[in-house]
Amino acid sequence: MSRVNRRLLLAAAAGAAAELAGLGLIGSAAWLITRAAGRPELAALSVAIVGVRAFATGKGVLRYGERLAGHDVALRAQATARERLYRALIPAGPPAHRGADLLSRMVDDTEAAQDLLVRCLLPAVAALATGLAAVVLALFALPAAAPALLAGLVTAGVLIPGVTAAAARRRSARIAPARAELAARVADLVHGAADLAAYGAGDRALAACAEADTRLAALERRRARAGATASGLGTLVQGATVSAVVLIATASGAGPVVTAVLTLTTLVSFEPVLPMAAAGERLTGVLAALRRLREVRAAPPAVTEPARPVPVPEGPPTVEIDNLVVRHGPDRPPALDGVSLTLTPGRRVALVGPSGAGKSTLLSALMRLVEPESGTIRLNGVEIGALSSDDVRRVMTGLTQDPYVFQTSLRDNLRLAGPEAGEHELAEAVRRARLERWVERTGWDTVLGEDGRTVSGGQLQRLALARALLNDPPVLLLDEPAESLDEETADALMADLLDATHGHTTLLVTHRLRGLEGVDEIVVLENGAVAQRGTHEELVRAPGYYRDLWRSEALTSGR
Amino acid sequence: MHKDLLRLALGERAVRRHLALCLAAAVLAGLLVLAQAEILAGVLSGHLAISALVPLAAVVAVRAALGLVQGEAAGRTGTGVKSALRHRLLSRLRETGPARSGRRSGELVTLAGRGLDALDPYLTGYLPAAAVAAVVPIAVLARLFAADLASAAIVLVTLPLIPVFGALVGMHTKAVTERQWRALARLGGHFLDVVRGLPTLRAFGRARYQAEVIRRVADAHRAATMRTLRVAFLSSLVLELAASLSLALVAVPVGLRLLSGSLELPVALLVLLLAPEAYLPLRTMGNRFHAAMEGVAAADDAFSLLDGEAEDPARQDGSAPGARTTARPGPDGHAPPMSPSASPPTRPPSAGRRAGAAPEIRLENVTVRYPGRREAALEDVSLMIAPGERVALVGESGAGKSTLLHLLLGFVTPASGRVLIDGAELAGDDSWRGRLAFVPQRPHLFAASVADNIRLGSPAATADQVRAAAEAAHADGFVAALPGGYETVLGERGADLSAGQRQRIALARAFCRPSACLLLLDEPTARLDGRSESAIVAATRDLTAGRTAVIVAHRPAMIDLADRVIRMSGGRVVPAAVMSEGGR
Repeated sequence: MSRVNRRLLLAAAAGAAAELAGLGLIGSAAWLITRAAGRPELAALSVAIVGVRAFATGKGVLRYGERLAGHDVALRAQATARERLYRALIPAGPPAHRGADLLSRMVDDTEAAQDLLVRCLLPAVAALATGLAAVVLALFALPAAAPALLAGLVTAGVLIPGVTAAAARRRSARIAPARAELAARVADLVHGAADLAAYGAGDRALAACAEADTRLAALERRRARAGATASGLGTLVQGATVSAVVLIATASGAGPVVTAVLTLTTLVSFEPVLPMAAAGERLTGVLAALRRLREVRAAPPAVTEPARPVPVPEGPPTVEIDNLVVRHGPDRPPALDGVSLTLTPGRRVALVGPSGAGKSTLLSALMRLVEPESGTIRLNGVEIGALSSDDVRRVMTGLTQDPYVFQTSLRDNLRLAGPEAGEHELAEAVRRARLERWVERTGWDTVLGEDGRTVSGGQLQRLALARALLNDPPVLLLDEPAESLDEETADALMADLLDATHGHTTLLVTHRLRGLEGVDEIVVLENGAVAQRGTHEELVRAPGYYRDLWRSEALTSGR
Repeated sequence: MHKDLLRLALGERAVRRHLALCLAAAVLAGLLVLAQAEILAGVLSGHLAISALVPLAAVVAVRAALGLVQGEAAGRTGTGVKSALRHRLLSRLRETGPARSGRRSGELVTLAGRGLDALDPYLTGYLPAAAVAAVVPIAVLARLFAADLASAAIVLVTLPLIPVFGALVGMHTKAVTERQWRALARLGGHFLDVVRGLPTLRAFGRARYQAEVIRRVADAHRAATMRTLRVAFLSSLVLELAASLSLALVAVPVGLRLLSGSLELPVALLVLLLAPEAYLPLRTMGNRFHAAMEGVAAADDAFSLLDGEAEDPARQDGSAPGARTTARPGPDGHAPPMSPSASPPTRPPSAGRRAGAAPEIRLENVTVRYPGRREAALEDVSLMIAPGERVALVGESGAGKSTLLHLLLGFVTPASGRVLIDGAELAGDDSWRGRLAFVPQRPHLFAASVADNIRLGSPAATADQVRAAAEAAHADGFVAALPGGYETVLGERGADLSAGQRQRIALARAFCRPSACLLLLDEPTARLDGRSESAIVAATRDLTAGRTAVIVAHRPAMIDLADRVIRMSGGRVVPAAVMSEGGR
């Protein structure tokens, strides 16, 4: 038995024992009092007195133990759930399943593992143990009362929660869309604020929001009513069962001692059973969350890893892309439609073209993040599909789209791209990314990211560039390194970059043409295919996208 | 108790009534337990006849009914408060206007969406429990005093132990516990952080290594949490022990006194049944405390968003208060020369222009500052745009082009200087905006049908008018090809359409407003491929006919469309003389 299971068992045992002690306490106290009323010898009561005291102490201590063990197990379960989710997400997956909102929901879903134990499983075990004990006690004390007690407990602990859970399942099928509708309306109102104000449509949007809110509120009220009905029914069942036990005991002529003990234990045995209705409702959500996590884990990765990866071929890297076709979905037009390109050692190639032309898709294919539909990518003659994708990314990587700042120190944010790097290398990468002044101002140990210092778009971009330069892969990929920088910095950065990568195999994606005079080849992608290729001098002479863009750049930047 | 939240709940009449009903039902149901104990004790001791089970059943039935009432009222209180708060948050958003930067917009969307759900445990769980805890123990004590002084004294002495010990343990562990709960939240944040940054980790081969880190961090955190919980849970140990031991403390002497004949059985049973009920409400309240605290945190967030922005509009973009600059005094009296390209002879204000006629726009020494930024977004800008003129604004990003559009839209107001429309000062209200059409750089498509998206500015437009607008914007082709045509509902944030298609929907919006006489276009062809661009340029050419148009542009085709090019740099208009030196 694993350690987790043993701890789970311990927590369940402690929880059940605490409830049983509660049952014992009320039972022995009732016995003590009703028996004492018959004025027996003091010795006849001594066992009950010891029992009352022992149960009283035991209940508190056991409850303490249960809470500790339960939390320990819950934290372990959550850690395991998170680790499993993370490991499932490590291989690149379909981008549609990796939106930020979706990721937050997944992380929330890992809480379900905790809830399943603490709010469903452990209370259910305690309720079951208590119910069983009460029924067994009734069987010995007054067999005639046992069926009534059993029926009451089953109704309150199984039937009502079962119906509640089923109703909750049906209701959540309606609440979830209402919730999504409200979220969409709120998002419209916030993200579309400018459009709404410009067209005087803000009041209408606010009204639509209020309407969605009203619909959701009606459903939530119905849920509250259902919850209240379940707990009201529970109270009724408890009352009915207690009355039935009293009636049966009286009718069968049981003495006051048996009647009182049975009645009070019946009353108390419902205490852990009644919350099962709420647990049933929660279980619905928990199971749905666990199902979603299973689906994420079962989702096939975007690329298939070779069963036996071949080693990375030796020597300076030559990358040959031949007639590459990539499609992001079976029913979507190809994002890359027959692109061929060769990167020889030391050669620098720039990819330009309008957004959606397939530039970033090409980088993703090189980094083994998407599986091509047809065509090949060879690294020194070896198809990269035969290599492990980790090895491919050791050779070809760099600055990717949407770089991320982690909530950790500036140093660690940089270091993740070069764990062995010394202070000197870090400083050098920062300098080459034109980040040194900001680093000086911010400090190496300042925590960045959401909770810490906010990082502007330009700083983020330069931090990502510093990472790429620190990592220094054999083939450097750079996706829009000058994105979200102001013109002056962007020009300077591109100049530095082209200077620094001289003689380094580089594939540069950019929408800025300034400085591209220095690269060996420029490839213009349009609609997933190569529209033009050549040097800067050749391309500005030929009509087409490149010349248009060059002219408009000249016009807007006042050259 | 959360002051702001309570004030909000009491401020809404319906909510106030439901909250009162909810609390009253909870307290009443709690008090009925006394009656239930009374009857049960009577029946079990033989003091009451078995027929007393009938009133017992009635009491139970009333308790169940009160539970229903409480649940219903609680549901109404919860939804009422959430709706009211949501409405205030969103109304406040509208008041602050669209010019604010979107730093906090994600936070606002989450908070106004499911973030407020955290209020439920507080409103519907904790508040009723607190009300019951305030009333029922005292009622139980009073009944116990009437029944048996000795037992009542024991309960009276032990009952305060719970809050006292709870406070003692709480004080001892408060700092540690709070730190630990925060750490727990941070751990969740850390995990989300790592998951979101996975693409970056993958790019540098650190993804697998990070799995170990996650495990290690979680283990270390669990060990630390458990060390704290061992102490923190002592308060609940005290609670449980006080409750169960006092039952023992009451039951054993009662038993001994029964033995000596100094106590009657009905009283003894009543004491036994009632004593736990004195402790139960306190335990319930304690158990609901933690879940309720999340709601308090959500309420704090909501009210800080409401208050913060009301008191300090300068902080609306989330910048630190220290970074804020006080508005510098405006231009010092003398008017600098207007830019040569923008100085046709001034004309007297013509008040009698029709709304439908293309307006003349004049800016006089306008300076615009955004809170928290040192440099002015527009610095002393003067220019004049003639009625029916098409002007292209060019310049690097951050030059002030979009700010100029926002100024004309009335989203921002000048710190100094004047904006004159046909000679009258610009009133940035809806009646002014009713005269213009705006195509932003990244138009937002709403989660509604294509047709409703197009008729955003003229809700009364017929299907034919919508179609005509779409045709004019070269959008009819792809809209007709959508699965539901014009009734196709666009996905969240309009993700179904390409950038060029979204741009054309936004243009169709402008076409769907024939009354608009001023067009404001913000880089409508940015990030488009050649084919989309030519469609939009053609559509824009048609749209600008007979209207004043201000177009932020950077592509030659769009710039060629303009009658005049105004270059901006660093928030100023660059004089035409300087411009010609640069040439194309």
